[in-house]
Amino acid sequence: MSVIGSDNRNLRLGVRYLVLILIALIFVLPLLFMVMSSFKPSDALLRDSSSLRAFLPVGQLSLDNYTGAFERAPVGLFVFNSIFVTGTTVLLSLLICSLAGFSFVFLHWRGRDLMLSIILATFIVPFETIAIPLLLEVSKLPWLGLDGLSWGWLDSYRVQIIPWIADGLTIFLFVQYFKGLPGELIEAARVEGASWFQIYRRVVIPLSGPVIATAAILKFLVMYNQYLWPLIVVQQEQYRPVMVGLQYFFQLNPAWGEIMAYLTLITVPVLAFYLVLQKAFIASIASTGVKG
Amino acid sequence: MRSSLTSANRAGWAFALPGIGLILAFIITPFFLGVGFSLSNQRLISPNPTRFVGLENYRQMLDIAVVKLQAKTDAAGKVITNAEGETEFPRLRAITRNPDTPQYRGMQEWFRWVSGDTAHVVIASDVVFWKALLNTCIVVLVVAPVQAAIALGLALLINQKLRGITIFRTIYFMPVVVSIVVVSLLWRFIYSGQNGLLNNMLSLISFGHFQPVDWLGNPHTALGAIITMSIWQAVGFHMVIWLSGLQTIPPTLYEAAAIEGSSKWQTFRYVTWPGLRHTAVLVLIVITMQAFAIFAQIDVMTKGGPLDSTQTLVFQAVQRGYGMQNIAGGSAISVILFVIVLVISMIQRWLTRER
Repeated sequence: MSVIGSDNRNLRLGVRYLVLILIALIFVLPLLFMVMSSFKPSDALLRDSSSLRAFLPVGQLSLDNYTGAFERAPVGLFVFNSIFVTGTTVLLSLLICSLAGFSFVFLHWRGRDLMLSIILATFIVPFETIAIPLLLEVSKLPWLGLDGLSWGWLDSYRVQIIPWIADGLTIFLFVQYFKGLPGELIEAARVEGASWFQIYRRVVIPLSGPVIATAAILKFLVMYNQYLWPLIVVQQEQYRPVMVGLQYFFQLNPAWGEIMAYLTLITVPVLAFYLVLQKAFIASIASTGVKG
Repeated sequence: MRSSLTSANRAGWAFALPGIGLILAFIITPFFLGVGFSLSNQRLISPNPTRFVGLENYRQMLDIAVVKLQAKTDAAGKVITNAEGETEFPRLRAITRNPDTPQYRGMQEWFRWVSGDTAHVVIASDVVFWKALLNTCIVVLVVAPVQAAIALGLALLINQKLRGITIFRTIYFMPVVVSIVVVSLLWRFIYSGQNGLLNNMLSLISFGHFQPVDWLGNPHTALGAIITMSIWQAVGFHMVIWLSGLQTIPPTLYEAAAIEGSSKWQTFRYVTWPGLRHTAVLVLIVITMQAFAIFAQIDVMTKGGPLDSTQTLVFQAVQRGYGMQNIAGGSAISVILFVIVLVISMIQRWLTRER
């Protein structure tokens, strides 16, 4: 009886793992196909797609697609642009949104609660519904640069960075987190005569590792994957990010080998980053849910 | 005390000002500008001054009517049929170009249905807008329940206590960190009619019985194909939100249910589901907002085609506002989209309220 029982349990366990693995294949196979194909010549890639060879590193493998992609488009420039825009925006966003969050939680000022509720109300405005009027707005904005005053922000790094620095969600994440910090710490520092900025820098920020990681990861994903906004505000190759750079590969007869190489090149670093920090990635998504 | 309060006041403003200023400049201002542009004839670049046109842009888009066409009859009053035995109707232009019915001028056919010797024809001045609106609603109505349900199913699977379960969680979440643009281009190959991976795999599984389909080139399958891919990409995101909801349910409740001897379904129905109420509201609202905003998939995969079968509101807003430099028209679509999103999230909140 007990033998049958344990057999039965093993069988049920096996079925559970089988289900988990089959579902995992649905998520993994397309990505695996992308990576494997990037090393195959286009004709082999097409031939392999009719069998399970599509997902395996078989046949004539080479880096030709990668060199081809670099010849077709200024891939290095696109990668630099994306990293520069993403990195700058993430850093500025952490600074400005954490300062605002600090002010909303620890400082008392007239109009504070009203401001906070206005900022939270911006949650329900999807970016897609303001993209078109924002396009016109930024095309008319002034800019004071090294060569004097100029008008219009189109075709620049700033148009990709500045509108994305502050957003309701990031400020909200900081507000929620700061509310959980012990208020006595701040009072003690205040009694000792620390200025508000010192309290922010020496007391609050050192305690804010988790929320900084969450806010940075969410912003990173949004910024690196930008498509609609750079598509409409950047015409010049010089400022184009990776996702818009993909257009170099759209053609009547697509060179699928090179496309797969480019897709792999811009995706694998993010995937690697995710696999290393997967706990923090998943926690950051979860934290948008728990407190919402 | 007073001086400390004023200093807090000043410091408070100083700390919050950059954030507030940026949100004001780049979220709130364009929102109101959009409402204003939608009431004008604003263009991106135009030699003519901008004029206030009231609700004209909305009227242009929303104008819709149903007209009746009576079947053609011969001299004896008998209905005329063509070679295939179908009833013949007069051309629609008999109405849309008729000086007696100026209200229908310039409108075009969206679709029609025939009953007996009468054809009801739905005509609109902006048929593409209506197709985009309908498609967007279909996307939301399909994606919201299906994606939320699949995500919940995955979350329940992942919430089991099994060795190595975090590996599966990591894998299911993986497509979320991949750009939707990358995913769309990759799936264009998967969906391709010739040599497409999906056709090949279906033919492999069915031992060659499956007839290849050009998934994105066929107006009947294109929208479904895009919806399926979108769910594949985003479902891990909502799985994680469900999972964090599941983990807030106290284990003692499950222990109590086990002692009472309740079945798996009963446990889900009376312990798990009530504990997920807030999560459900959040997941539905987030999915709805994401589904309404569908753009990159359309831009990369179909550009709205074939036969406008994958037009969506955001794609149309961008085509008009950016492609045709018609800021007013694009803004009007954006405002309509915003109103729909607002109303739906309010309805969802109301339906799932605490009773």
